[in-house]
Amino acid sequence: MSQKRIHDIAHARAGDKGNTSNISVWAYDPKDYPLLKRQLTADRIKRAFPKLFTGTVTRYEMDDLHGLNFVLLDALEGGVNTSLNLDSHGKSFSYLILGLPIET
Amino acid sequence: MSSTETIRVGCGAGFSSDRLGPAIDLAQRGALDYLVFECIGERTMAFGHRDRMLDPARGYNPQLRARMRGVLGHCHANGTTIITNMGVANPRAAALLVIDIARELGLSGLKVACVEGDDVTHLIGPDTVFMDHPGAVKDVGLRMVGANVYLGVEALLPALQAGADVVIAGRIADPALFLSPLVHRFGWALDDWTALGRGTLAGHLMECGMQITGGYFANPGFKDVPRLADCGFPIAEVAADGSFVITKLDDTGGCVTPATVKEQLLYEVHDPAAYLTPDVTANFRGVSVTPVGADRVRLTGAGGSARPEKLKVTIGFDGGFLGEGGVSYAGPNARARAELAADVIRERLTRINRLGGDLRIDLIGLNALHQTAEVPVSDSADIRLHVALRSTDRDDIDMMLWEVESLLCCGPAGGGGYRGQVTPCVVTHSALIARDQVSPTLEMFVA
Repeated sequence: MSQKRIHDIAHARAGDKGNTSNISVWAYDPKDYPLLKRQLTADRIKRAFPKLFTGTVTRYEMDDLHGLNFVLLDALEGGVNTSLNLDSHGKSFSYLILGLPIET
Repeated sequence: MSSTETIRVGCGAGFSSDRLGPAIDLAQRGALDYLVFECIGERTMAFGHRDRMLDPARGYNPQLRARMRGVLGHCHANGTTIITNMGVANPRAAALLVIDIARELGLSGLKVACVEGDDVTHLIGPDTVFMDHPGAVKDVGLRMVGANVYLGVEALLPALQAGADVVIAGRIADPALFLSPLVHRFGWALDDWTALGRGTLAGHLMECGMQITGGYFANPGFKDVPRLADCGFPIAEVAADGSFVITKLDDTGGCVTPATVKEQLLYEVHDPAAYLTPDVTANFRGVSVTPVGADRVRLTGAGGSARPEKLKVTIGFDGGFLGEGGVSYAGPNARARAELAADVIRERLTRINRLGGDLRIDLIGLNALHQTAEVPVSDSADIRLHVALRSTDRDDIDMMLWEVESLLCCGPAGGGGYRGQVTPCVVTHSALIARDQVSPTLEMFVA
């Protein structure tokens, strides 16, 4: 078993609507999608960053396209208009998720 | 039109400050039927209202003049209709400006449609409840600057039917800017949910400009993008059944691949099976993404069901000011000196000056964007103290900046590079209103 990061097998993009963030994560190689789907659960994301992701995390699966979409409520420290985070849109959340370890 | 014909729609802007050059390139060489500029976000809408309050002749997109000077002649020569939400909070002033520019350019007879009816400020009261947040307007404690409803294709169709060369609107649902010419030219019924769902997918993919042609995508060594500095804006070639190909001009930089398309497919989407617009509940779940040539990706299989009953309104409030000030520390023991500077500033602002408002202090280079995520800090010998304060009291903002600048002589050793800035803030919330409360209007101007 070697320790890799999700960044090694997947790409991602984050978007925002109000105080809700969504992060889509896509396996580069369809062969890695089952691994991604098994390990990158909504619960895992919430547990990895409990102070940041205080709201509900929902996962939608796009099996045909080998991607997962996470919707995170109350995740943007108030949202683009009130967050004092330099990245008030949470654009960098995509790479926060890609930095998580994955067991292969 | 015949069933084998396709409509070519280009995107000339995916946000208010998007690049101009690649839009002119598309207008000149894109052989486009329609060129769409999507330039409103939740914040830019509220800033439009602020601008209009300060000057009743303003409130439209600040780049409208430059964009129209750049593309209007080419679009006129090539028979390309322009559709845009660059009217923001003042579509009528924007339309009149386009008429002026058309006259300057000698484009006599150019028809400019002004679509309004999205400003529903008069329908919002203290008891209007939010859909995205607990409470009502009266609970915000800030001055409301304006409220706009997301209009759909029904607002734009009369302008296209009347033969407008340029359609200027305010708050239109982003995909509807692209969907409206498809409904107009293909004659899709407004309850043909499958066609509307497919056209909405095309609009959704196009509305962020280069985010589908290689912009916002490159990750060197993992996702390389050729000639990113010369990236081209996207073109959709849409068929009468709503299937389409996303592409770009051959000799521009960037790339259109299944990966760029997939990342954009779910950008700002929650449930992929229920993407809500004023026109349709679009379903992206069964979509196929197929490469069909160099920088050509074909999309099929989107669907749709009945449109939502109510319409979404964005309500903007004056949020006061955001002040940001910073000083940098580098070299041996930089981290300890920067952390001391942060402690000093916190004490000066909260204990000694007792400033109100929301305060945040970041150490850029150590842990800033992901501070709240509590990821392990990276150790750096080049760190910037960044202090942010939001307040409705401008004096508090100015005091914060003064305190940060005073670190140069009064703080830890070796601090340098003070910069400070103040930007106006808006706060936005969303609500729902009934469709029958909204009636879009059309006014046509001729150069």
